[in-house]
Amino acid sequence: MGVRKEMRRRRSGWRADKGWRQFWMKPRVVSGVAVAIAFLVWLTVTSLQWVSPLFLPSPQAVGASFITTLQQGYKDQPLWLHILASMGRLAWAFLLTLGTAIPLGLLSGCIPQVQAVLDPFIEFYRPLPPLAYYTLLVIWLGIEDGSKIALLYLAGFAPLYLAAAAAVKRIPQDRLNVARSLGASSVQIFFHVIFPSCLPELFTGLRTAIGFMYTTLVAAEMVAAVSGLGWMVLDASKFLRSDVIFVGIFIMGGIAMMIDWGIRWVEGRQLPWVGKG
Amino acid sequence: MFPSGFSTSTRSLIRLRGVSLSYPLARGAIEVLRNIDLELGQRDLVCVIGPSGCGKTSLLQLMAGYIQPTVGSITVAGQPHTQPSAEVGVVFQQPNLFPWLTIAQNVEFGLKMQGMPKADRHKYTAEFLQLVGLLDAAKRLPYQLSGGMKQRVAIARALATNPKIILMDEPFASLDAITRETMQLHLKQIWRQTQKSIFFITHDVEEAMLLATRILVMYPNPGRIVKDITNPFAHELGHLSAGQLRSSKAFAEMREYLVAGIRGAYQYQ
Repeated sequence: MGVRKEMRRRRSGWRADKGWRQFWMKPRVVSGVAVAIAFLVWLTVTSLQWVSPLFLPSPQAVGASFITTLQQGYKDQPLWLHILASMGRLAWAFLLTLGTAIPLGLLSGCIPQVQAVLDPFIEFYRPLPPLAYYTLLVIWLGIEDGSKIALLYLAGFAPLYLAAAAAVKRIPQDRLNVARSLGASSVQIFFHVIFPSCLPELFTGLRTAIGFMYTTLVAAEMVAAVSGLGWMVLDASKFLRSDVIFVGIFIMGGIAMMIDWGIRWVEGRQLPWVGKG
Repeated sequence: MFPSGFSTSTRSLIRLRGVSLSYPLARGAIEVLRNIDLELGQRDLVCVIGPSGCGKTSLLQLMAGYIQPTVGSITVAGQPHTQPSAEVGVVFQQPNLFPWLTIAQNVEFGLKMQGMPKADRHKYTAEFLQLVGLLDAAKRLPYQLSGGMKQRVAIARALATNPKIILMDEPFASLDAITRETMQLHLKQIWRQTQKSIFFITHDVEEAMLLATRILVMYPNPGRIVKDITNPFAHELGHLSAGQLRSSKAFAEMREYLVAGIRGAYQYQ
């Protein structure tokens, strides 16, 4: 590979300054520059006081607020407890979704009757805005974690279930036939061929599901909660603490990016064959 | 000119009796295969040629047990054959390897499904990887292999479960010409070493003449076997190269004879 790169460089008359030009063209560098420019605009706008700090706090204020929240917590609770509260709800709902949506989705893909039973319910509740039935869940399960986990579970179940059911139908028939001709039983085919064949789509479905769950989580904490990142942001807005709002939003966004990055990392390690002949 | 074919075996492995296949349509039915009688014995390497649409692949799917005949019966070693089993191995045009399993795991898949103990499995797997010359690639994943290598893995995987007969549906059709020739030699060697009975579909007349002990010619509308010929060149490849064979007069005559036979099919299309 080194040789090929070198050849390409020579052919294109590579010089040091051209190397730099190539460096600035790299997508990651471009992303970095875009973010840096946005930050600079933010810094300029606030230090020249073009907008009131009530609407847009300065980066320094947000940084200072981040450090105070980190040290003293928010409303008698340390920041990590707020994060933990949110993440705990997400984790429980995630495990429940994983444990039900994948097996049910795969079964639906294999057995039309199973799909026929589940589909009307899923088709009905999937387009509903989660907050519409959240009020019901709160009445049934209370304002504590139970209602939130149930809400997140419902938000994540549909996308993962649909991804699993669709993935089964995309398995090449010849692959299943090969397995049958090697003497595999239906149950063996389910576990040793159908499940691994669907893994790439399951990972994609998982990322979509977590995305849905995460947005729902923040919304749910904003409607009814006494802890969590969503609640923190909502509570801060009542006291016009836009610096705290910004801290909360940055943490939410950062965590979401880390979760997605984590799933893609696992996928890359576990499924190196995806998308390759 | 050429003698009519007969099974070189003492015992038939797979037998099709009066097999017909038709699919119902909105009005009437389409007849894919009509009245096929076929018997394959031990150490037969039967190549099937014929124009597209003559029902070659349908015949293979019947023999594999993926579909059931409308009329007639199929027996494997005397037992009715109604669903796919490890008795009848299959190799498709595409290797269809399990992309998440290593080469060795692909080859041992069938043995694992049969519940063979791990130590035995490894022994057999190594043996068959050796046979197709891919022992060094055992730990690699399918996507890291070339097309020809993948197809060799598919053959090893089909052999590993020790099937009575192996069905191949144009297994070398999507390979480049040079690789195809190597693969033909390979298959012939494997066939000699394992003494398996092979049913091989091809659209390449020369491939059939290089490989087969017996050549079947099929015609379409409805699909049927019109010629069953013992291949006079059955045991030449190996002593002579494919090139030497091709340049011989007898080979060219036989080729002409078969091509004319296939051309005759077009009146039915």
